[in-house]
Amino acid sequence: MIKAILIFNNHGKPRLIRFYQYFAEDLQQQIIRETFHLVSKRDDNVCNFLEGGSLIGGSDYKLIYRHYATLYFVFCVDSSESELGILDLIQVFVETLDKCFENVCELDLIFHMDKVHYILQEVVMGGMVLETNMNEIVAQVELQNRMEKSEGGLSAAPARAVSAVKNMNLPEIPRNINIGDINIKVPSLSPF
Amino acid sequence: MSDVVEKTLTALPSLLSLDSQPGSGKLSSTSKLGNLIRGITELTSKHEEEKLIQRELSSIKEQVASPNTSMRQMKELMVRAIYCEMLGYEASFSYIHAIKLAQQGTVLEKRVGYLAVSLFLNESHELLLLLVNTVLKDLQSTNLIEVCMALTVVSQMFPKDMIPAILPLVEEKLTHPKEIIRRKAVLALYKFYLIAPNQVQHIHNKFRKALCDKDPGVMTASLHIYLQMIKENPEGYKDLTASFVTILKQVVGGKLPMDFNYHSVPAPWLQIQLLRILSLLGKDDQSTSEMMYEVLDESLRRAEMNHNITYAILYECVKSIYTIHPKAELLEKAAKCIGNFVLSPKINLKYLGLKALTYVVQQDANLALQHQLTIIECLDHSDLVIKRETLELLFRITNAQNVTVIVEKMLEFLRLSKDDYTTIDLVGKVAELWFIETMNTVFSLGGDMMQPDIPNSFLRLLSEGFDSTEEDRQLRLFAVDSYVSLLQGEPGRLPQRFLQVISWVLGEYSHLREGLEPATTLRLLAKLLDMKHTSSETKSWVLLAMSKLCEGPDCVSLAQELSERHGGSLDTVLRQRVQELRHLSEDAELRASVLPRDAAQEPLEVDSSLSFLDGFVSEALSAGAAPYKPPHQRQEELAQAKALSLEPYGLSLPISMSSCSLADRQSPTLLSMSSGLSGNSTDLSHKGGSTTLKLDGVKRVWGKDGYLAQKEPVEESAQVEVPSPLCSPSRQGGADSTHSQTPTPTPTPEPEKEKQQLASSLFVGLGSQSSVCLMGKSEQTPQRFRRKAKGQGSSSGASEQISNSHYSTQSTVDNLLCNNLLDSTVTSDLAVSTPEQTPQLSQEVATTNGTCDAEQDLIEETDPGNSPSLIRANSTVTADPPAHKDPDRPKDSCLSSHLPAELAGLSHSEIIPLCSSQNLDLSACHVQKEDALLLVIFIENSSDSDIEQIGGGEKPQCVGVPVFPDGEEASGSRGAGWDGVLPAAFWGISSHAVLLQTSINQFHQVHCFLPSDLLLSMALLTQSMLVSCFCLTSLLFLCLGRPLCVSTEEYGTLWLAFSQDTKQNLALLNDGQDPLTATLDVLKNKLQLHVVDIIGAEGIVACRLLQGQPCLMHCRVHAGSLAVWLRSPVPDLPDCLLYHCQRALQEH
Repeated sequence: MIKAILIFNNHGKPRLIRFYQYFAEDLQQQIIRETFHLVSKRDDNVCNFLEGGSLIGGSDYKLIYRHYATLYFVFCVDSSESELGILDLIQVFVETLDKCFENVCELDLIFHMDKVHYILQEVVMGGMVLETNMNEIVAQVELQNRMEKSEGGLSAAPARAVSAVKNMNLPEIPRNINIGDINIKVPSLSPF
Repeated sequence: MSDVVEKTLTALPSLLSLDSQPGSGKLSSTSKLGNLIRGITELTSKHEEEKLIQRELSSIKEQVASPNTSMRQMKELMVRAIYCEMLGYEASFSYIHAIKLAQQGTVLEKRVGYLAVSLFLNESHELLLLLVNTVLKDLQSTNLIEVCMALTVVSQMFPKDMIPAILPLVEEKLTHPKEIIRRKAVLALYKFYLIAPNQVQHIHNKFRKALCDKDPGVMTASLHIYLQMIKENPEGYKDLTASFVTILKQVVGGKLPMDFNYHSVPAPWLQIQLLRILSLLGKDDQSTSEMMYEVLDESLRRAEMNHNITYAILYECVKSIYTIHPKAELLEKAAKCIGNFVLSPKINLKYLGLKALTYVVQQDANLALQHQLTIIECLDHSDLVIKRETLELLFRITNAQNVTVIVEKMLEFLRLSKDDYTTIDLVGKVAELWFIETMNTVFSLGGDMMQPDIPNSFLRLLSEGFDSTEEDRQLRLFAVDSYVSLLQGEPGRLPQRFLQVISWVLGEYSHLREGLEPATTLRLLAKLLDMKHTSSETKSWVLLAMSKLCEGPDCVSLAQELSERHGGSLDTVLRQRVQELRHLSEDAELRASVLPRDAAQEPLEVDSSLSFLDGFVSEALSAGAAPYKPPHQRQEELAQAKALSLEPYGLSLPISMSSCSLADRQSPTLLSMSSGLSGNSTDLSHKGGSTTLKLDGVKRVWGKDGYLAQKEPVEESAQVEVPSPLCSPSRQGGADSTHSQTPTPTPTPEPEKEKQQLASSLFVGLGSQSSVCLMGKSEQTPQRFRRKAKGQGSSSGASEQISNSHYSTQSTVDNLLCNNLLDSTVTSDLAVSTPEQTPQLSQEVATTNGTCDAEQDLIEETDPGNSPSLIRANSTVTADPPAHKDPDRPKDSCLSSHLPAELAGLSHSEIIPLCSSQNLDLSACHVQKEDALLLVIFIENSSDSDIEQIGGGEKPQCVGVPVFPDGEEASGSRGAGWDGVLPAAFWGISSHAVLLQTSINQFHQVHCFLPSDLLLSMALLTQSMLVSCFCLTSLLFLCLGRPLCVSTEEYGTLWLAFSQDTKQNLALLNDGQDPLTATLDVLKNKLQLHVVDIIGAEGIVACRLLQGQPCLMHCRVHAGSLAVWLRSPVPDLPDCLLYHCQRALQEH
């Protein structure tokens, strides 16, 4: 079972936090900090598995993470999950994000945190892997988006929002990143 | 950003109006979040961020509370609140609004509401109750998305008590036409199963239906449930095995729609899940396992190594194969797979490979051996995770022989790692491994001399344990295991205190070991009772332990038997214990209440006033018993009655005792003083002078602190006995592989060698006996190897004790050759068949024997001169060099001229003819090298016939003779090593044989091994002759003694570290001006001693055995003779040295 999914950037700023097991608020923050501390000091050429942060559980738990340009995607799982399976699940998740946001970048995650959550809900439900098929996930998300549009244009098209955000006066201009195996160019933001 | 509050206050109407203009409304809300984010970005300190967020939160709070805020605005506010919460700032005021939003909003707003709820609240939050109705309503909704949202939130968190309220609705969804709904419903039910298994018991049938669902997604979801349930109760679901196998077969066979492919692998996650389920089902169940062999094989085959995810499948496959009932063919494939993992350059795969090895190694230690070099590399990997995993692996293969090396590695890692978690974990392991082992050693060595509080505190530690219960359990288990095996061995040698500890631990914790029958333990303990040496105190410990253990009919009869045997014991305590044992064994209830399990750490209440006896006492008093009087009162009464005081007698003895014991463990200086005090000496004044003199130089250093550094490396001497995978079936192959590892022909690079050494020390004791050693002996780092304390099994005994080199570098060919030679069947055809190997063989032999370079050179030098080797001689049937027939003096010089050039310059002993037969003469001498003692054996062909015939004619008589009266343990099994030497030693009259080189470390070992080694090498001739020749043992010191260069200070600490004392007076030489110096000089020259210091009338001298234990001598001129006082860790050494001193002085 997946215990938590943490996404933070290279500076440890949380971008998406989802716990599937209850932890008190301050403990959650502590876990994030500890996880960041553990993950960030690792080179890119070491393995993607880390055993046991002391907070989230003992030897049964491990952190499985991937590092994309400015973001760390960390899944904290127990022994009932396959390590390589989760590693690819992260890839599926990121690819899905990329499809939904059309070149996903850190900004998308910040400004559309809610949408990222909805996408995640279609991948992992209550700590269990629900769907690993990217097309299926995208289809579900689209279904919801269509409904959103049909709600009378109350909220404008996402594209507009994204462009509004991206034109904001930000310290640095976004740049493209590489999502590992699949070679999809993903724009990404410099750290906040 | 500073104007946010103001703006919101003033702009409420305009916000409302914005509602009618969707585009700008969205923009404004976005920019609010955007503003917030940008504001945070620009901040420089945590403090500022806090301020900003607090401001933001208060603004949100105000808005959500306002009745004018629309649901849509609320949605936007909620997202901001989520953002703040994510950053770690509490927004508890918004929780209730999130619920409201989920309740009242439209679908989109509901979605945000549900999301906020699921992020903010937890299962036990009281506000969650307010959500139940909303969920109920949404579950019944016709809108798919609403149903989905409800199911999602339910699976995320739902109050346990409320599950019955919604359960029927969720169950209903299992038959919903939409598969996504069915799938989510299944997962929601799984969640319920996790929280409250009882409540979903009745729908197990529906789970089965889900498993058979036509949508593979739903089926996949149901596997979560089955995995969990099968984990808990594998027996209950065996009937499903066939279904799972079928499913997996279909998936692997590509029967699923293409949609399910991931990187053209069909439904990999589904496969992984299924493989896990199968491994649970097939565990320890042969018939079930047989059903899945085929499909496992198929998956292994289908998983082509092309993508990450296929490795994931392979890994699961391998794990399953090793979990279920084994099938050789599959195991082989799986082992290959693991090899691929371990050797993969991809680090993730390496990690998994190590994990798989760790998993597998308990069943098949050989697998670790195959990859030992990779494992060693991983041990030095830059990635700590890999390193840690490797240590975990090593932890699993720890045994008595490699424990020290592994613990050393772990500690090394600990020093590097700063990560708390790792530290805790590792420390536990180190403690487990090392602690018990070390304490075992401490107990068996320290024995009964130990202060009683050491075992006491050990037991307390064991019973109180550390922080984690699991660790405690492990530690205790480990202790129980090791003690049981100790008792199964030879408990007779263990000291009493150790036996007491053992019996306590077994009594207390042996129930932890599953499968260990209490009766077995009891029998082991009972054995202790019957031993002669067991003291009655120990016996009562043992009996107490037994009363804790006895359970079941077996034990009752045993207890009966014991009580008959020991019931008549003279010792009342014992008798009482036996009675207790009998009663308790018969009455389980009573036992449980008297000796509860795991109660060791519960404080006992001790009624020191013995008030519970009051009744008894008063009864006795009333019956006429005399009242109790304390001892001093009794004493007084007694004194009054007899009027005799015994006191003066009490004092005198202790005083003299104390002075003795004081002197005993002190430096010689103090002894001089105390012996002076004791009053026998005539020249008190002189002694006082000498004392002060000595104190100048030594006082500060000869303190109390012990200095042991000198000792340790010496004790841990070389030993290699490593089974290796290199035992290849083809002889040539074996030769080659070993060849490449022999230092001489192709010197392995240094780091590589180190790794191999490490490997050998780590993997020692693993694998089968038949394997051959991997390691070449390398001189440079002999300390890396460990000498086994006792020979183990058949093959090892001999090889260990001879210099390690023999077995280690010997190739299979070598062994084969030698064995054949030994068997004396045919040498010639073998020799003919391998002529091209001969040079290599002799080379190897050279390396094996001659750890010193001199030896190699020797052979190389002799090679061209004489006919190269026996084998060559055989095959060519050429005559060898003419024999030297003169039996006496000339021969000696003759022979000594045959000493190799390297050894010629060194002092060698007289060449002693050992024995001779018709054809062969054997003589020997020893040559003293700086770091070695070489025994050179001259083998001489005294007949006219050539060697071949001799070889054929002599050997048969000698096979099976190699027995030495004293060295039983060394006999019999030793063979090939030495016999391998001999062929090479047959260069006509050539010299050869090396014996003791650096690895010989302890005198007593030399004592028993040297002669038998020699004997074996001499096994060509008869035993009796040899025994007579090698009564050299007392001479050994002469050959093996070397000066020990220490400073006066080091001498001081060493002196205090040793306890063996020998004192004697020696004659003093009077020819020189200073008798002391003169005498010491003589000794120094003759016996290779090192004179550390001479102060006044006292001198200190040190020597050691070759690479071995030191012996310290302290001399003092006293009344015309030399009073010497020797100390050494080896008991025999001082005597031996004394003997030689006497002889040296006499001869002078």
